[in-house]
Amino acid sequence: MRRRPWLVWTAGVLTYLFLYVPLIIVVVYSFNDSRLNAEWVGFTTHWYGELLRDEQMIEAAWNSLLIGVVASAVSTVLGTMAGYAIYRFRLRLLPILVVMPIAIPEILMGVSLLIFFVMLNLTLGLVSIILSHIAFCVGFVAIVVRSRLSGMDESLIEAARDLGATPVQAFRLVTLPLIMPGIVAGALMAFTLSIDDFVITFFTAGVDSVTLPLQIYSMIKIAVTPEVNAVSTLLMLLTLVLIVIATRLAPGSFRGK
Amino acid sequence: MSPRAARLWISSPPLVYLLVFFAIPALIMVLASFRYAGELGGLAPLVGSGDPDELAGLTLENYQRFFGDSIYLELFLKSFLYASTTTVLCLVLAYPLALTIARSHAKWRDLLVLLVILPFWSNFLIRVYAWMIILGPQSAFTRVFNGALGLAGIEPVALLFSPVAVVIGLVYVHLPFMVLPLYANLEKHDPSLLDAAQDLGAGAWQRFWRVTFPLSLPGVYAGAALVFIPALGIFAIPDILGGTDGLLVGNVIKQQFLDARDWPFGSVLSIVLTVLAVLFAGMAAWVARGQRL
Repeated sequence: MRRRPWLVWTAGVLTYLFLYVPLIIVVVYSFNDSRLNAEWVGFTTHWYGELLRDEQMIEAAWNSLLIGVVASAVSTVLGTMAGYAIYRFRLRLLPILVVMPIAIPEILMGVSLLIFFVMLNLTLGLVSIILSHIAFCVGFVAIVVRSRLSGMDESLIEAARDLGATPVQAFRLVTLPLIMPGIVAGALMAFTLSIDDFVITFFTAGVDSVTLPLQIYSMIKIAVTPEVNAVSTLLMLLTLVLIVIATRLAPGSFRGK
Repeated sequence: MSPRAARLWISSPPLVYLLVFFAIPALIMVLASFRYAGELGGLAPLVGSGDPDELAGLTLENYQRFFGDSIYLELFLKSFLYASTTTVLCLVLAYPLALTIARSHAKWRDLLVLLVILPFWSNFLIRVYAWMIILGPQSAFTRVFNGALGLAGIEPVALLFSPVAVVIGLVYVHLPFMVLPLYANLEKHDPSLLDAAQDLGAGAWQRFWRVTFPLSLPGVYAGAALVFIPALGIFAIPDILGGTDGLLVGNVIKQQFLDARDWPFGSVLSIVLTVLAVLFAGMAAWVARGQRL
């Protein structure tokens, strides 16, 4: 701080407050002993107990978990292949296809997948949600893996090859362990994106399948109860834990969403 | 395994998946925009549908409807206005923050950046919902705000379900998209340029507007594109925080697909939105490249 940037500094601190105060309010009100999100009345864990008795919420949570696990597993495999292929080979189409779903407004992917699934006569539900989530997660995994690969020392592969390793052995014994943190970070990122996705799920879920974000949405639209605060707090906690693990594994991988 | 075979085996699975679940649905949407709606909504079946005189059941009707009614042009204009306002406000808020981070001690920077990213990894709906609480009619903020208005002799206003609420929500959700590219740019600036400017007699204000800001323009353009494009297509924020007159393009697309079930027309709106998004992304990239000379 060589010059007197107190004005800039104050503005910066205020912006941090702007970012955090709303989320802190949600967490605080999740422990508030009042039906209204208006003022602090007293401490309670009542709303968390209410969550556990809410069967629809439990079902939504299980669906979200299932979708997240399957979608992140498949997109991690596909995304790692894509990241490796883009790094290793000169490809034209794949690099574009990988970033396009990230670059365009989400609603476009949601509606085009809706048309697609209905044309195929696929009943909208868990399967269509999982297929859609994989489609937008692949790119994120590919980008994380690709950046991990570009930080890798290429001479290690050459050394392995000089020592008689086949290309497959060199990949399995040298490249794979080196990029593993990137792969795990990519998987956690895909899981987080899947658990949190609202827009694409909204269009591809059909009428019978509910995920946590869809459940939160309908609660917000119909009747706001402090139960929303409680489930939001838990979801934030989960995301926070996943990100902390991922950033430890691959610093910088959560820079851009 | 030959390198060619390896290349094929490794790149094909993700390529095929993205072709099937991204590229083909997008192309089908383009096709859908030239077709008729089905009798029960959705799309007319591909075979044996529509007027037999029409070429393979294709029509320009949906586009004629779009370009024939100024309502839709106004809709896009309104979305454009909301997205631009959001972009400008994000820039104003993000710049001091990015500058603070870039000028702070190196050991703090990663942590400060992480603090910007963290809230943005919490669920999107939760972040929007938080503003429902803050701007709600009984909230402390609203009471203080209206109290202040009352002192100034102005009638109390409803903050929630208003355009103001929508803009606040849009800015809140998109702010990190502006901070990160700005920071990435500002961090690379050579501090000796500012020393040089100071030695030549430039004051703080001049140093900012004639050195820092022009150098940061590529970051500004990147951030603007990252905020503007998603903001243009958003539907959940006006849906949750906006009033009945606050519908944007995203909301009307949602209506066409889920309520009116006129998919061909919904596809037309989606395609116009895509074209605009790609146009703005291209423009931002082009301007940024020009700046780097």
